[in-house]
Amino acid sequence: MKATSENSPKSNRSRARAFREYFSGVPLLGWLAGGLVAVLLERFLGTPLAHLLGLPKVPVLFGCVIILKKPLLIPGTVIYLLLVYVLPVGIVARLCGSVINRLVSWLFNLSPTFSVIVHLCLLYGLLSIWSGISAYRLLTLKLTLIAVIVTLSLNIINGYMGEFSCSHPGFMALGAYSASVVTLLLFVDDRVFGAALLPEALGPFMFPVALIGGGIVAAVGAIAIAIPSFRTRGDYLAIISLAFMFIVKSMIENLEIVGGPRGLSSQPNYVNLPTLFLWTVAAVWIINNFVRSVLGKALNAVRDDEMAADAMTVNTRRTKFVAFLFGAFWAGVAGGLLAHVLRYVNPGTFGIQKLAEVLAMVYFGGLNSVYGSIVGAVGYSLLSEALRPLELFKWIIIPLLLILVMIFRPTGLIAFKEFNVMNLIRPKGKPIREESTSKGGVLIRS
Amino acid sequence: MEFFFQNLINALQWGSFYALIALGYSMVYGVLMLFNFAHGDIFMVGAYIGFGVASALVGFSAMGALALPNWLILALTIIVSMFLTSFVGMIVERVGYRPLRNAPRASAAITGLMIGIILETGNLALLGARRVSFPSLIKSTTYDLGGVFVTNKKIMIVIVSLALMYALHRFVRKTKWGMAMRAMAFDFVVVPLMGVPINNVARMTFALGSALAAVAGIFFGVAYPVLDPYMGVLFGWKAFVAAILGGRGSILGACLAGFLLGFIEIFVPMIFPSTLRDLIAYSIILLILTFRPHGFFGEPYSARLRL
Repeated sequence: MKATSENSPKSNRSRARAFREYFSGVPLLGWLAGGLVAVLLERFLGTPLAHLLGLPKVPVLFGCVIILKKPLLIPGTVIYLLLVYVLPVGIVARLCGSVINRLVSWLFNLSPTFSVIVHLCLLYGLLSIWSGISAYRLLTLKLTLIAVIVTLSLNIINGYMGEFSCSHPGFMALGAYSASVVTLLLFVDDRVFGAALLPEALGPFMFPVALIGGGIVAAVGAIAIAIPSFRTRGDYLAIISLAFMFIVKSMIENLEIVGGPRGLSSQPNYVNLPTLFLWTVAAVWIINNFVRSVLGKALNAVRDDEMAADAMTVNTRRTKFVAFLFGAFWAGVAGGLLAHVLRYVNPGTFGIQKLAEVLAMVYFGGLNSVYGSIVGAVGYSLLSEALRPLELFKWIIIPLLLILVMIFRPTGLIAFKEFNVMNLIRPKGKPIREESTSKGGVLIRS
Repeated sequence: MEFFFQNLINALQWGSFYALIALGYSMVYGVLMLFNFAHGDIFMVGAYIGFGVASALVGFSAMGALALPNWLILALTIIVSMFLTSFVGMIVERVGYRPLRNAPRASAAITGLMIGIILETGNLALLGARRVSFPSLIKSTTYDLGGVFVTNKKIMIVIVSLALMYALHRFVRKTKWGMAMRAMAFDFVVVPLMGVPINNVARMTFALGSALAAVAGIFFGVAYPVLDPYMGVLFGWKAFVAAILGGRGSILGACLAGFLLGFIEIFVPMIFPSTLRDLIAYSIILLILTFRPHGFFGEPYSARLRL
């Protein structure tokens, strides 16, 4: 008896390892297929199943709201989650693992680009079916995708370049207002700007131009921070960027032509899920390539030691300039998207509250890592939605969680990790046990 | 001219709030090279503690348990609140800053921000969303000095604030603890080897800054008797700007920059529309920092930044 109790943690660990090994042959495509089956199941069988289990309707955000609000319904919710999400995903991923693996390796050999596109299509299908259940899910998903873009763009400056920039809400405000002004001026009859100048049918096609215009305005604004950054860094730059944020907010409040403190409303509803998904994918792809390029490595050099970087022929001024403008551009694009998702902006949206939120997402996910930014943005957004029923206490639990993350992992959950798409879509080899070696259970990836 | 002097008095009062809060930022920065972003909310907590203590004392003397004159109640409130708020500061240091002393500086900034949010929400959860009004302890008397009207509250606030700043200056320059603080600001690595208990010094720095913030909070309650849980946010960030503007770690610089910010914020609405106040204030700060990137009394950037 004593021996077993001593062994139990070890057997637990080995069980966890066996569990991981059991699923290790499943490629990403397998998980996506499993997820697709799960959301399809929910789409067609979700409502009757929910009624059967005594739930009023399909749990919207993985049952968090129900669990927090009505403790009596917890067993039903857990069974629902098991039946609809956990079991189908696990079974499909495991059973079709070898078939999908062959498919993935065929795709990969055919053309990696095509394989990436297939993955993205599957991901999009999954997300659109998942969010088709309710408008609340759709809005949450849209805000999450925007948060991913914002977090990535801030990570360029705060993570990769190691400055503490507080100006991101300012950039977002510039982008949001510029894009809104363009679309309101050109395509919408409204009270502020009068009749539309161009036919309304052109709107969705010109919308990317408006967004990019917003991004460029934000990038031009970023020059105001990039130039002082040549001479100073660290805290003084933090203050300069903070002052910039306040200046932008105050300027917009005083511009009567864009509504002043009342804000701008009735933006056209151009940002549907496919548009937003494409923009997010583009942002992740471009930013990931940027940080892995020579210029991106120069950012890390400037962060670690500016003088040494200078001595190694890194043009520090150009590097800083490009990084600030690039980050601000994407923040502006995200702001434009946000304005068209909410269809209302006012200067109060882009204040200190937003700053704390964006900073929290970056440092929660992890510095210097595209992977971490995605995890941080998605995790923070979903967490803050899921804890909404707790009302006030949400703002005690989330900060506490962040403090704990900072104490135990000061650079964030997944910091300093490269986001390599090729590794993600690669087929996973079957786990092969090597019989004759001393290290039992070593995985060899074919 | 009378108009000018009238606003000068107002600006002195307004600036003394900023200066008292900025001192807390500046001292913590000087000693630990970290910014305590929860400091604005410690100001708020100080104001609420002052409100609680003052209400309790007023209640006691109304019941006749102990009959105290109002000025004594105010003095007691200030002393007790300074004491209690300094404990809040020490707890903040223990929870949010000591575990992160060797972490990247930005991580400590995040914990500070988060502790600030917890303090705000905790206050909201405890006392509800209604605003509370500070008990009026001093009867307002207005003196007419040749056309300039000055209330006794303003005189008290400005004089006590200046006295506290001078006391802090003496403390940092003349005492053993002050010497330890300055030594820590000078070198973080060698000073512990000389037998300076750095944890105690850091704790005391937080306690001192929080006590000053509590005084600022009580004075704010005396001057503008409405408190709400989010009053520390804007004040805190502005005082942070003032602390940087004064040069990091410089006490004199923080005071001067706090008063300067007060002057700008009072005098700008005299000339321009009041909605432009923030715009002009921050533009001036941006200009100053562009031409003098290290603030008034700060030393130029050195390789000491630990990131």
